[in-house]
Amino acid sequence: MSSVICKDLCKTFQQGDEIITGLDKVSIEIDKGDFVCLSGPSGSGKTTLLNAIGGLDTPDSGQIFIGDEQIDTLSKGELADMRLNNIGFVFQSYNLIPVLTARENVEFVMQVRGMPAAERSTLSHSILKEVGLEGLEDRRPAQLSGGQQQRVAVARAIVSQPKLVLGDEPTANLDTHTARQLMDLFVELNQKHNITFVIATHDVRVMEYTKRLIRMEDGKIISDEVQSPLPLGDGYKDVTGRATHDAKAEG
Amino acid sequence: MNTLPFNAVFTLAWRNLWRNHRRTTIMLAAITVGVWAMIFMTALMRGMVDDMLLNSIRSLPGEVQIHHPQYRDDPSINNSMPAPSDNLLAALQIPEVVAWTSRVRVPAVISSERDSRGIVLLGVEPSSEIAVSFDPDSIIEGRFLEDSNDRGLVIGAKMAEHLETRLGKRVVVMSQDPDNNIADRGFRVVGIYKAKLVSLEETYVYAGRDTIQKLLNIENQVSEIAITGEDYRNAYKWYPQIKQAAGESVDTLPWYEADAYLGSMMSMMDGFVLVWVIIIFLALSFGLVNTLVMAVFERIREIGLMQALGMRPAMILYQILLESFLLLFIGLLLGNVIAVASIIPLQSGIDISAVAKGMEMMGASSMLYPALKVEDMVLANIIVIVLGLLTSILPAWRAASYDPIKALNSN
Repeated sequence: MSSVICKDLCKTFQQGDEIITGLDKVSIEIDKGDFVCLSGPSGSGKTTLLNAIGGLDTPDSGQIFIGDEQIDTLSKGELADMRLNNIGFVFQSYNLIPVLTARENVEFVMQVRGMPAAERSTLSHSILKEVGLEGLEDRRPAQLSGGQQQRVAVARAIVSQPKLVLGDEPTANLDTHTARQLMDLFVELNQKHNITFVIATHDVRVMEYTKRLIRMEDGKIISDEVQSPLPLGDGYKDVTGRATHDAKAEG
Repeated sequence: MNTLPFNAVFTLAWRNLWRNHRRTTIMLAAITVGVWAMIFMTALMRGMVDDMLLNSIRSLPGEVQIHHPQYRDDPSINNSMPAPSDNLLAALQIPEVVAWTSRVRVPAVISSERDSRGIVLLGVEPSSEIAVSFDPDSIIEGRFLEDSNDRGLVIGAKMAEHLETRLGKRVVVMSQDPDNNIADRGFRVVGIYKAKLVSLEETYVYAGRDTIQKLLNIENQVSEIAITGEDYRNAYKWYPQIKQAAGESVDTLPWYEADAYLGSMMSMMDGFVLVWVIIIFLALSFGLVNTLVMAVFERIREIGLMQALGMRPAMILYQILLESFLLLFIGLLLGNVIAVASIIPLQSGIDISAVAKGMEMMGASSMLYPALKVEDMVLANIIVIVLGLLTSILPAWRAASYDPIKALNSN
């Protein structure tokens, strides 16, 4: 069963007098439980595609389906509901709500969905434990490291069992060791909960973790390959392909 | 549609409010001082206007007056009416009526061996007159009248000064009877009173009602009936009963109709309070809007994030408005408490004798009694909350209208 279907997506942006093509007749199909990497240089259209799939942006033409629901025709409010019920986001710069604690950040989406407090509390406790933040639940984002904040963001993204988790350069602000831990966590959650992950990145190291690599350039898909991901715990390799010091030390 | 539970929005709004302590504290101080100023100054102005009105109403007229239909145009002895009887006497027993009195009130001339002056001669029944208007403590020499047959005369201190007379001396009072014959009589000055307003001391001279009726040859006739209730503001509630009992042959008027100027003062004061409260609010609103705009501007990314996570724009609007409401509510609470705390100790009166002459010209006395009215406090609170929230709609609407992607990518 397909989790995401995009058909002939087109999107252009006006930048001064110039018209920039964000997406040029992009069509993809992503299966449930897939772990997809959208890669390409800056301006290739990967973030535009990710935003369109996430209902944060609407295409100029084409169709997008999340599960059975066509989302490109939804209103602003309906898109908000769709995101709430179907999609988890992990952004580049953590993007936690600074006035809420780690637990409250994780519970935020469930609260918006109207989940009872007891259920929320159980779920948030268990997910924070799963991402390795047990004991840090009551800290605010400013009291957490970058990696810990990103883990909170991941916990928030997956806690309500979304159909899809979208990550936009999720490792960009993390050091190599933390980035490796995060990717391990993504892979583990993908395997354990069968959640579909779509990660947009131009970091070649992240690409090795994914099952499917879609390369984009100038708003077009130039290749779409199924690959064998790194096994869990194999380490997050640097650009030369060598395992990092941390990975070796911990391995 | 998903609805965000109140406690989640409240938590966000409350914590965001205290995110910038200094800004919130300054804004709270501004709202508190503004609300205090609204209530405190309104209480002072109300006190002054109340004093002016009460001085005017209690100095003689009462809250409801009954006259011969022509008396107000021509206050002469010819426009007298019978003293109250039957139906009217029964109506005057209703609980709303605190006191009433009937008087003979005619223009006259008073002469001493030194000078003569035009006056308003009042033939009164002393005990009911005291209940309605005359303050026995205002007697500074001698005594007030003992009964309506009293043959003495009570004059104002200023009048005594003009006539160069004093207690125990005889003066002559001259008026006209209904047949236009001169009616005069010698009286001994038995009391001298001091009024809040000098003009009253110069105008009103008190004598026994029966004595004056005999002098003017108008047995059982009076010029006016003055009635007072608990609160002059409530006269409109009970005066129709008196009017009905008095009948169509006489004029029954509440104070605000009998004296249109006095009547307009009360509504003028209400309008003034409203304008005053709105002016202070307008000054406050600049700070409020600035605070909210800054608070929203600092959180554009967060707002984008909340939208990305599935918070509907209406909920963002709701959250910002709640933040504004909390700020206003705390400011109002503090402002009200400080206003009440600063007015209560002053309710025994503020001595403004340094400007007493000016106050007297306006009909107010030299002691100012702040009048804290629940209605004024409610008005100030409602205006601040309602206009405050209306003012907050613009920044809240802006926050709710952000495009999530642009908001997320803002610095």
